[in-house]
Amino acid sequence: MKVSDLSESDLRGLLRQGNLLLQISPFVARIRSDVHKVAHEIALMYGDFTVCQPEVFADFHVEVAREAGLRRWVSPLARFAFDGKRSFVPLPAAQAFPMIEWGLNWCVAAHAHQYLVIHAAVIEKGGRAAVLPAPPGSGKSTLCAGLVNRGWRLLSDELALYDLATGLIHGMARPVNLKNASIDVIRAFAPEAVFTVPVPDTTKGTVALMRPSSGSVLRAQEPVRPAWIILPKYEANAEAVLSVHGKAETFMLVAEQSFNYDIHGLRGFNAVADLLDQCASHTFTYGHLDDAVRVFERLAAEPAS
Amino acid sequence: MSRLQSLTVQVLLEPERAFGLSMPEWDLLVRQARRANLLAKLAYVLQDGGRIADVPTAPRLHLQAALRIAERQQLALRWEVECIRIALTEVPARLILLKGAAYAMAGLPAARGRMFADVDILVPRELIAKVESVLTIHGWRGEDMDAYDQHYYRHWMHEIPPMRHVRRGTSIDVHHTILPGTARIKVNTAALFEGVRSLPELAGVDVLQPVDMLLHSAAHLFHEGELDNGLRDLFDLAGLLRELGRDPGFWAALVPRSIALGLERPLFYALRYTSMMLDAAVPASVLAASVAAGAPSGPVLALMDACYVRALQPMHGSCDRFGTWTARMALYVRSHWLRMPLHLLAYHLIRKAIKPDKTLTEARAMAAPHGGGKPQA
Repeated sequence: MKVSDLSESDLRGLLRQGNLLLQISPFVARIRSDVHKVAHEIALMYGDFTVCQPEVFADFHVEVAREAGLRRWVSPLARFAFDGKRSFVPLPAAQAFPMIEWGLNWCVAAHAHQYLVIHAAVIEKGGRAAVLPAPPGSGKSTLCAGLVNRGWRLLSDELALYDLATGLIHGMARPVNLKNASIDVIRAFAPEAVFTVPVPDTTKGTVALMRPSSGSVLRAQEPVRPAWIILPKYEANAEAVLSVHGKAETFMLVAEQSFNYDIHGLRGFNAVADLLDQCASHTFTYGHLDDAVRVFERLAAEPAS
Repeated sequence: MSRLQSLTVQVLLEPERAFGLSMPEWDLLVRQARRANLLAKLAYVLQDGGRIADVPTAPRLHLQAALRIAERQQLALRWEVECIRIALTEVPARLILLKGAAYAMAGLPAARGRMFADVDILVPRELIAKVESVLTIHGWRGEDMDAYDQHYYRHWMHEIPPMRHVRRGTSIDVHHTILPGTARIKVNTAALFEGVRSLPELAGVDVLQPVDMLLHSAAHLFHEGELDNGLRDLFDLAGLLRELGRDPGFWAALVPRSIALGLERPLFYALRYTSMMLDAAVPASVLAASVAAGAPSGPVLALMDACYVRALQPMHGSCDRFGTWTARMALYVRSHWLRMPLHLLAYHLIRKAIKPDKTLTEARAMAAPHGGGKPQA
């Protein structure tokens, strides 16, 4: 059964009882929320995702619950909880859905040590994946959102799950998290894309999520062999320039952008080395998404080395 | 006395039970064990039995992830202890490790899979200022605190404010004894220092002698007010009793030593609840001697039983039953009552009520799940 097979009120009922088991391959999340509009946003963003049967094992139990007290009638707050443990900082209830998204990212980064979890966007074309690791502010999510609206398959806009045993990358094909000016940039670039209502004043500024394509979601269980590591850098009106980036520097950046590099120890070192051996590494400066699409098109058309 | 056993305790005591679990039970077990900080211990128990491969894939990945974190922590701990040892060579004080760090460095199986956030060390009171300044030179900094909190630690507590290493982010708690100076129980600290043992493979690193190690663990748990790790600590006690108890001299020395240190009451509770809740094998004569030396009156004991049986459970909704909240609250209040005389307690609580505890709030905020996106330093 898919999320889209459920009515919004069924979905709301499942969320209230904490019985929404969402398959975000390779994981299952059990989601609970009494925030009214979360059901609408999940329906909007996760329509193509599978709802699991109740007897399944859930990797993460996440909850966003409204805070009690008089304040809930004025400017309600909500709090994230993981496996029943409440976080200590409540946020405005309007941020409930982004909170679930960030919370799930945290769950994966802090627990999925069967993978090297890299802070990177991952997209695929022709059976090859481009990994876009980057510190926040580099335009990685914008670039990722642009490309997945031009035929690239989305694996993730935030977390690359590198399987240490197979050398393949898994993604969850979850919604793309866009911030501030990026939201309007992508709206203009891809008018058909579906967004949540932007939420202002989060710690990350104004945030909106973009629905992943059905094709990406259907193939979420297919891992991909990485072929390129590309470090994006957005500069207003800059020409699109792709240049080779040294392996040693790329290594350091990937290690630094991995959430659990330290936990893996030597395994982590070898994993990053293996990943780099499979990939060409580049930096990519761009000022317009159309240029970026052309450059990536050319890359994908090159024969595999 | 009803025996309320969480799924986590059932499986840790009888690992075979794991292999008859349904998927929803595995789901619950992982939840409970994670909340109790016992997931890595569970993983070691199943791995040591050679059967971790028989666990269904989805829960097995969580167990193996916990093993990786635990292995990494052991390595990090060794490095941290070495850094502390090097720093303290500048002070005429021995490096005496307490609690988790001591169990791990002494190679005690109780340390396997035990997760901890900081290293606890014990130094003579007269060297505290010197140790603090040397640690500062080597990169540890006291956490920001207002004057009242500084006073609270330095005048009333048994440790100085926790210090954090500026580059590694690791924490160290420097103690000069094992219970607050204001506590009702007066510990014979001089006797504690006399019993310190060197670790054979690690020059310059000492731990408490076995009986004292057990007594400190007991004193810690049964004075603790926030029992988030209570069940984990009870497993520590059971594990220490099993391992240290292989030496018959340990059992003979235990109760007399508890009397000498002034810790007969916490020892009584430790023996009572490890045997009652975790099937620890305590010789009948030792149990009887600890009852004679440290048992409270009948009504108090009945109350303590009711509280501890409820509170020493995984902090997970599935383990709550009638009275759990009240029991945890009662033990929290009791811990303050034990920690300081009434006039100080009243002053302290009023002060805390007026001004929220900033350090506590911050520590909790750090421990809280945060928005994903940025790797942790």
